[in-house]
Amino acid sequence: MAVLSVQGLNASYRRNKVLDEVSFEVQPGSLTSIVGPNGAGKSTLLKVLLELHPKLSGSVSFFGSTFGRMKTRVGYVPQRGSVDWDFPTHALDVVMMGLYGHVGWLKWPKRCHREKAMAALEQMGMADYAGRQISQLSGGQQQRVFLARTLVQDADLYFMDEPLAGVDAATEQAIMATLNELKTAGKTVMVVHHDLQTVEDYFDHVLLLNRTVVAHGSTEDVFTKENVYRAYGGGLRWVREG
Amino acid sequence: MTLLLSPNAQWVLLSTLILGMASGMIGCLAYWKRQSLMSDALSHAALPGVVIAFALIGTKFLPVIIAGAAVSALIGALLIQWIRSSSRIKEDTAMGIILSVFFGLGIMLLTIVNRTASGNQSGLDGFIFGQAASMTRQDVYVMLFLALIVMLVVFIAFKEWKLFLFDADFAKGLGMSNRLMNGVYLAVLVLVIVIGIQAVGVILMAALLIIPAVSARYWTHSFKWMIILSALFGGGAGMLGTMISTLGKGWPTGPFIVVASSAFFIFSLLFGAQKGLLIKALQLRTQKKQLIRPWNAQVKLEKGD
Repeated sequence: MAVLSVQGLNASYRRNKVLDEVSFEVQPGSLTSIVGPNGAGKSTLLKVLLELHPKLSGSVSFFGSTFGRMKTRVGYVPQRGSVDWDFPTHALDVVMMGLYGHVGWLKWPKRCHREKAMAALEQMGMADYAGRQISQLSGGQQQRVFLARTLVQDADLYFMDEPLAGVDAATEQAIMATLNELKTAGKTVMVVHHDLQTVEDYFDHVLLLNRTVVAHGSTEDVFTKENVYRAYGGGLRWVREG
Repeated sequence: MTLLLSPNAQWVLLSTLILGMASGMIGCLAYWKRQSLMSDALSHAALPGVVIAFALIGTKFLPVIIAGAAVSALIGALLIQWIRSSSRIKEDTAMGIILSVFFGLGIMLLTIVNRTASGNQSGLDGFIFGQAASMTRQDVYVMLFLALIVMLVVFIAFKEWKLFLFDADFAKGLGMSNRLMNGVYLAVLVLVIVIGIQAVGVILMAALLIIPAVSARYWTHSFKWMIILSALFGGGAGMLGTMISTLGKGWPTGPFIVVASSAFFIFSLLFGAQKGLLIKALQLRTQKKQLIRPWNAQVKLEKGD
């Protein structure tokens, strides 16, 4: 059974249609990169799937059910720039936020929650920065904190919006190691990705998007010169020639 | 000063203390929601409601006045939202429109009501700049009760506020209703505004929401402490301003509260432990010294050669 099934999804953003009849299915245990030019609707796709942005038409099913019912099985790492990092809080506190659903509304977190959050920070190599003010973390460290916050949710399907944008090599490696661990554990991950050079090394599936699905499937089959040209509409130099 | 010793004055002092604390706490929420100016628009928008409520019942019965102010402020909030979502006009412009239109309407109505016999003696003018001394014991009770509710709402949902203000999208993913949070936020914001307008006045009420929160920001990197400090600054300013305003007969309370609040702000700006100008200058000096020391040593070495 598909983890995520999308049928004929349409959505617009400020009067522009950004998603046009988008349909695809994601199989469990896959590590998919969503690739496409700027304005192709990659971030909007994630937001529509997570019901943060309204859809015009189409159907989406998570684990054969609705997002509302399956919410706890879905984790989301938003773009780093989507929040104000000047907010007065520290790294561990941000990671704890991922556990608020487990803690229960209007209840205070307990020691076990704190330990779990600490373990997630450790997994991301951020244990030493637990008490650090988030505004004083580097971009890569902030991204790791964001990832840790989603890891503690213990979801089955993860969406990540450009987790590798503007991070250093060490962070990129740490994040990719984590994504592969998730995959090994049978989780499904969908990542909005910008760097065409690394698609083949990092992901086993590709969803080429430009308002509509240009191609979707295993990286081997789908990530071809022709398809990438079609997605980006020419004007792109194919660097991997030969 | 003997005024302060009267039981009534003590009650008034207590009420401006609690009011300042409640508005300091709500001010922190508004600060991180980037809506400090919204509180100003809403407090101005409360004035027509005050005057209409008075005109309807003919006396200054606070619960009804508060209800009128709240309805008026909420209509203002809805209009701001409507203008923003149904036109190309941005939020700050929408707030500017509503603020001035509602305040103008309020002043117009006030002029008309003041012409009538009962209106002339009503002391409704006090709602513009605030007249804490005109509060009756009953008024104080109502205000204390509502202010405590506001503080309780911030306290019991502290964790939820933090999540909502830092990352509302993520909160939604966790199953939190942003519509509910926005609704509660607007409710407590309007509540703290309408209970404050008698003591502080519609023109300056926003200052009691904005200034304590900004001052608190200079002292801490923790959201919890920011709220606590903001409550202390707000409460302190409320009490201090009220005390000073009782020194003269008929002095308005609002301006003195704002001046007291601004004094806290200037102190925080200069001496704040986290972002204060002094601490920043000191840090810069130490860093410069550390940078120059090895260089100096090298210069000496070279001279020795």
